[in-house]
Amino acid sequence: MRSLEVLKCCFFLVVLLPASRSAIAADRPVRFNRDVRPVLTDKCFACHGPDAETVAGDLRLDLSDSVTSEGGVIVPGNPEGSELVRRIFSNDAEEMMPPAETHKPLTQTERELLRRWIAEGSEYEAHWAYTPLQRPALPEVTNATDALSPVDQFIDRRLMEEGIAPAPLADRITLIRRLSFDLTGLPPTPQEVDEFVNDLSDDAYGKLVNRLLESSHYGERMAIYWLDLVRYADTVGYHGDQDVSQFPYRDYVIDSFNDNKPYDQFLREQLAGDLLPEATIVQQVASGYNRLNQTTEEGGAQAKEYLAIYFADRVRNVSQVFMGATMGCAQCHDHKYDPYTMRDFYSLGAFFADLEEQGKYSARARPPEIQVPIKELQQQIAALDEKLAELKAQLVPLRQKLLDAQKEWEAEVLAEGEENQEVETVWINDAQDTGGETSGTWDFVSAEQGPVHSGDKSRRQSSNELVQHFFMGAPNPVTLSPGLRFFVWVHLDPENPPKAIMLQLNDGSWEHRAVWGSDDISFGRRPESWAGYRRFGSLPDTGQWVRLEIDPAELGIQTEGTVNGMAFTQFGGLAYWDEAGWGTAKVPRNVADALKLASNERTEEQSAAVREHYLATVEPMVELKTRIAETETERNAVEASAPTTVVSKSVAPREIRILPRGNWMDDSGDIVEPSIPAFLGDLNIRERRATRLDLANWLCESENPLTSRVMVNRLWSLLFGRGICQSVDDLGGQGTFPSNPDLLDWLAVEFVESGWDIKYLIRTIVMSNAYQRSSRPIPELKSADPDNDLFARQGRFRLDAEMVRDVALLTSGLLVEKVGGESVKPYQPAGYYAQLNFPRREYAANEGDDQYRRGVYTHWQRTFLHPMLKAFDAPSREECTAKRSRSNTPLQALTLLNDPTFVEAARVLAARIMREGGEHADDQINWAYRAAVSRSPETAVADELKSLFERHLEYFSDHPSEAKALITEGNAPVATDLNAVELAAWTSVARVVLNLHETITRY
Amino acid sequence: MKSSMFLNPSAECQLARRTFLRRTGVGSIALASLMKTTIANAATPIHHPPRIRRVIHLCMAGGPSHLETFDYKPELAKHDGQPMPESLTKGQPIAQLQGQSLKVLGPQHEFARYGESDLQMSTVFPRTSAHADDLCIIKSMHTEQINHDPAHTFFNTGTAISGRPSMGAWVLYGLGAETEELPGFIVLTSEGGGQSQPISSRQWHSGFLPSRFQGVQMHSTGSPVHYVRSPAGVGREQQRDVVNAVSRINSLRNAELEDPEIITRISSYEMAFRMQTSIPELADVSGEPKHILDLYGCTPGDGSFASNCLLARRLAERGVRFIQLYHRGWDHHGGVKAGVATTASLVDQGTAALLSDLKQRGMLEETLIIWGGEFGRTPMAQGSGRDHHIKGYSIWLAGGGVRGGMAFGKTDDFGYHAVEDRVHVRDFHATMLHLLGIDHRRFTYKYQGLDFRLTGVEESRVIEEILS
Repeated sequence: MRSLEVLKCCFFLVVLLPASRSAIAADRPVRFNRDVRPVLTDKCFACHGPDAETVAGDLRLDLSDSVTSEGGVIVPGNPEGSELVRRIFSNDAEEMMPPAETHKPLTQTERELLRRWIAEGSEYEAHWAYTPLQRPALPEVTNATDALSPVDQFIDRRLMEEGIAPAPLADRITLIRRLSFDLTGLPPTPQEVDEFVNDLSDDAYGKLVNRLLESSHYGERMAIYWLDLVRYADTVGYHGDQDVSQFPYRDYVIDSFNDNKPYDQFLREQLAGDLLPEATIVQQVASGYNRLNQTTEEGGAQAKEYLAIYFADRVRNVSQVFMGATMGCAQCHDHKYDPYTMRDFYSLGAFFADLEEQGKYSARARPPEIQVPIKELQQQIAALDEKLAELKAQLVPLRQKLLDAQKEWEAEVLAEGEENQEVETVWINDAQDTGGETSGTWDFVSAEQGPVHSGDKSRRQSSNELVQHFFMGAPNPVTLSPGLRFFVWVHLDPENPPKAIMLQLNDGSWEHRAVWGSDDISFGRRPESWAGYRRFGSLPDTGQWVRLEIDPAELGIQTEGTVNGMAFTQFGGLAYWDEAGWGTAKVPRNVADALKLASNERTEEQSAAVREHYLATVEPMVELKTRIAETETERNAVEASAPTTVVSKSVAPREIRILPRGNWMDDSGDIVEPSIPAFLGDLNIRERRATRLDLANWLCESENPLTSRVMVNRLWSLLFGRGICQSVDDLGGQGTFPSNPDLLDWLAVEFVESGWDIKYLIRTIVMSNAYQRSSRPIPELKSADPDNDLFARQGRFRLDAEMVRDVALLTSGLLVEKVGGESVKPYQPAGYYAQLNFPRREYAANEGDDQYRRGVYTHWQRTFLHPMLKAFDAPSREECTAKRSRSNTPLQALTLLNDPTFVEAARVLAARIMREGGEHADDQINWAYRAAVSRSPETAVADELKSLFERHLEYFSDHPSEAKALITEGNAPVATDLNAVELAAWTSVARVVLNLHETITRY
Repeated sequence: MKSSMFLNPSAECQLARRTFLRRTGVGSIALASLMKTTIANAATPIHHPPRIRRVIHLCMAGGPSHLETFDYKPELAKHDGQPMPESLTKGQPIAQLQGQSLKVLGPQHEFARYGESDLQMSTVFPRTSAHADDLCIIKSMHTEQINHDPAHTFFNTGTAISGRPSMGAWVLYGLGAETEELPGFIVLTSEGGGQSQPISSRQWHSGFLPSRFQGVQMHSTGSPVHYVRSPAGVGREQQRDVVNAVSRINSLRNAELEDPEIITRISSYEMAFRMQTSIPELADVSGEPKHILDLYGCTPGDGSFASNCLLARRLAERGVRFIQLYHRGWDHHGGVKAGVATTASLVDQGTAALLSDLKQRGMLEETLIIWGGEFGRTPMAQGSGRDHHIKGYSIWLAGGGVRGGMAFGKTDDFGYHAVEDRVHVRDFHATMLHLLGIDHRRFTYKYQGLDFRLTGVEESRVIEEILS
């Protein structure tokens, strides 16, 4: 970090919940950031804060100079001599602060706190998150019985100071459940629970931690969170909310976590992967991060406006994700609570001015995109390449072998005599008399007007762009037979030849194209892998008549087909088209003529024509070549099917100006260059424009005060349900003060020094006693520490939406544990996308395995998120989400009760209960309950389930068709070998266990 | 309960508390700590006596032309086909007409005066115009977003940035609902009469407010609310059985864990079960008498705007706080004459019926009806149509606390700029909240540690002049 400037006088407004209650023990020194700032911001700064426009009586309580200078309201160390103390303790309505009309009276505790702070010297502190990182000394914990981990030392020290005994360690079942959810997003299977519970070795827990961290589900679980931060989705968000392919980025995130990619590298690849030397495909995919913002193709959208929108979106996201900052407000004005200025906002955005992008996109494309051969495809391609090589290796030997037999073939052909004469049928010569429908200009010209090949006329066609003439629907279509070839004579003007020419055949469709020359004829262009499109190389020679010949089979027309039309197309230039039609002959005319000569009388050209015709038509060679062609087509098709993903591509940076009040139409603001927020220093790059890579490198410097604090705090929040600093989305002035700042800083330093090792950091946390404590609040903590500031217990919270789905799928056995790949579509109510347009959309749920994939792979439609995910608080991913809300609503109940996904899971679980749960109902109930919550049921619970089972068994016995309806929900195979009535009754039991609060809660 | 809500600062908690006590049957074990969470999230107290209890927003999506509906501009007819004065258009944002020559298009429909108040309106609303004396037409609306998607987001949330709560969510957060059987914020949609521009659930999302405040979409086909029907083969009794078993086991577990979330979960299941009855009952209008169906001119289940109006009345009766009806069909870039006539004909009868029906039940005076789109349309022609326009357009309000038979504000002679008594979208928000008893300046939510003003940081004012 270069010259981190934390201005001593600069204290930024924090708005907080009231100062932590018991946290201020009488014998602890008062700290400004922890204790005083929250009171001042909540009660005083509205009038006496940093917003210069509203400051009252010229008094800024956020500036230490302002309050302690001569005549200031605070005399450090002398509360009784301080005007501030007099005013806050005053009962005089005229003098009292804060004034009654603000409705923000100070509590007695707060008054005392301010008095104490002044008595202790009224020391101000710079905002904690901007101060340089230093490794705090490990505190001593005098009452510890065992050696404590550093995490525990920090936590237990606080507990000791507060005189609070922590909650006991959780039982083993709770522990494995907690750890499995936290590290993999999935519950443990009953077998895994048994193994752990019965593993009496000292390092049983450590082994479990390692096993879970090595699971490929770990990356999926971490991705759920990361994708919220970076607002990954499968659609563009604005207006028509069209699909966009960026799932390779999602898979990159999963793989990166699984490979334990160091966080600095992870960060660098996302911000600037494309700028790394010889960027790999993976690094380019990672750079797709910069383009995950919402985009539009709405008709009236102005590109300039939307470039400004994308710009601001990106600044908000980059600052939130990597800096824990909320820079959004600085789009229109200097930040009111943090030292971020408008200039900072636009200068940070300027790092991204080099991205190739469009304000308004079209045609569902979001260039630049690259094709990403994902693993499965790479394997297929490799196999086909091997096969191709084998086939091609046969060519030379086969050719040699066949040439040995050429003489015999020649003799045979000569013997057949007349039969080999080509019979030509002319379809068009000097007039358009094919019948059917015609189009384009048929400009017949005579020999005075231009070259003519046969008859009296040819057809002149000239243009600066795409031009064609054609006929179709001829009343006497040509029925194809082996050896039949279409031809047309063409003469390209040597001065002004077309860039490309195309001959097209119609067999009911025009999708049969032969192209010579450039790639300019975009209409109908298809990949070579597509059977109806063939490129025949460069243009034929100009200034002479050339016969173009086409084997219809090469254009994908079946031998039994009929052809009813031909089209003559060119791009630009001048060409004369003449005689067109088809010929049928085993041997073309020139070959037939050469054959009549003895082999030593033939010219070299004639010999070659005979030889090549022979080789091209002789059965074994045709067969081999067909196999090669087919294999190549297949290989190319596989390659072409590689998914695309949006990436970053650097171009000449566009000019970035400060937009006054954020107004994109106002060009009067200063032009800015890329730079980091001024109060955090300077990149000191003078000789060139700073790049995204420079920004990334700055973020990854070990001295950066924000990067590691932000990430460590977020990782902690995944493992405790809250951050050490509760505002995981904002470590700035508006954020909360960390409840254990030294712990946070220690972890942040540890993280950097470990080489930004995420798994190491997670292991460090989960191995602590604090992590392993019970989540049940001990009575005294409920009132003393309701928010769990002290971490005297674990957190307890509902699972994330995706995991709620995963639990049902895993428990029922339906879960398909494939990592990565295209996003998938679970069942969804019909018509849910009815409000979408351009294009209108029909949702088709996946069939087969893809129906049962983890929630993280669900198609993320930003404007209409899957109702199940939405009900359970998954965000739309339009903006960064660092902390999901965790609601508890009737819509969630309706989803778990009635969504076909959960009903299907229940009936499949029911089949497992019957097959795997044992002989007796009691065993089966025990099995079912354990499958869902990992524990055996208490008697009362078992009784409840059993009585439900019995009632429903009776009901479904009387209503077999209802039973059948219930046990056939969803696509999964129906267990026809099981008694339907029993299966239905067990389905009811399964529905109950899948709906339990505990099933979807992490304790 | 209804009146007490307006008097008691923590009304929502009170409601929640009573609801829980009445329903759960699991006793009051952890209610105290549960209430603590609720209180932390509860709204700023209601600020002054409200004039209305609910809002019905008839969102005319696509942007109806004010020049063919509520803002008569004879000057336009005079200049029809002539270039638009550059003094009006220079430097102004423009959508699809960017870079084209701008020519005036005269009004495409006749206007007439209606009611005792002689309120001037286009003739395309033969039935709604009969209610002229109840309407307050604001002719000086202006907004900041010129394309559909951001303009809808702006009208609903006060900003074009995604992720902020919608006004329906604000109101539900501030006031709660008056129903324990239904969601408090419900959205219905219909389309027809013009190109159906997409809309986004962002428009009824709760943003950073807790998700229980988000709008719930009702559908005219399939299940009226997602997952409100029991699985095939499961009757009401069996579903009851399952829900009871879930709640009893949850409750047994709570004896061990003392987790307030379990109590809430039990209550959520109870409400979910009730919704399984109340929502289909609500959606089934077959019990409505014939004269009512005739009044709306709808056939049950036809998915029309009129059907949705009828449902809106039923929702209002049942205590739903915020009801939003989208009709997608006002985007008349071409053929504005026929287009406005067609779309108007699709919404006219339903709108008029809703006004009549609420009135005859004494409910109009406690309801605010809002009729309008995300923006208006250009005085300039786009072929035979009009482009998007944001500098001046019209909406109307009707119902409690609003003066009827009134036109407020003016645009210039060309219907381009709002020039008199200008009403920004934010002013409209402030006014709506005012009618609900909420002072927008003091209506906040703790977000990112900040007392976030839901209507945004920009200043806005209550339009006192239109209040009765």
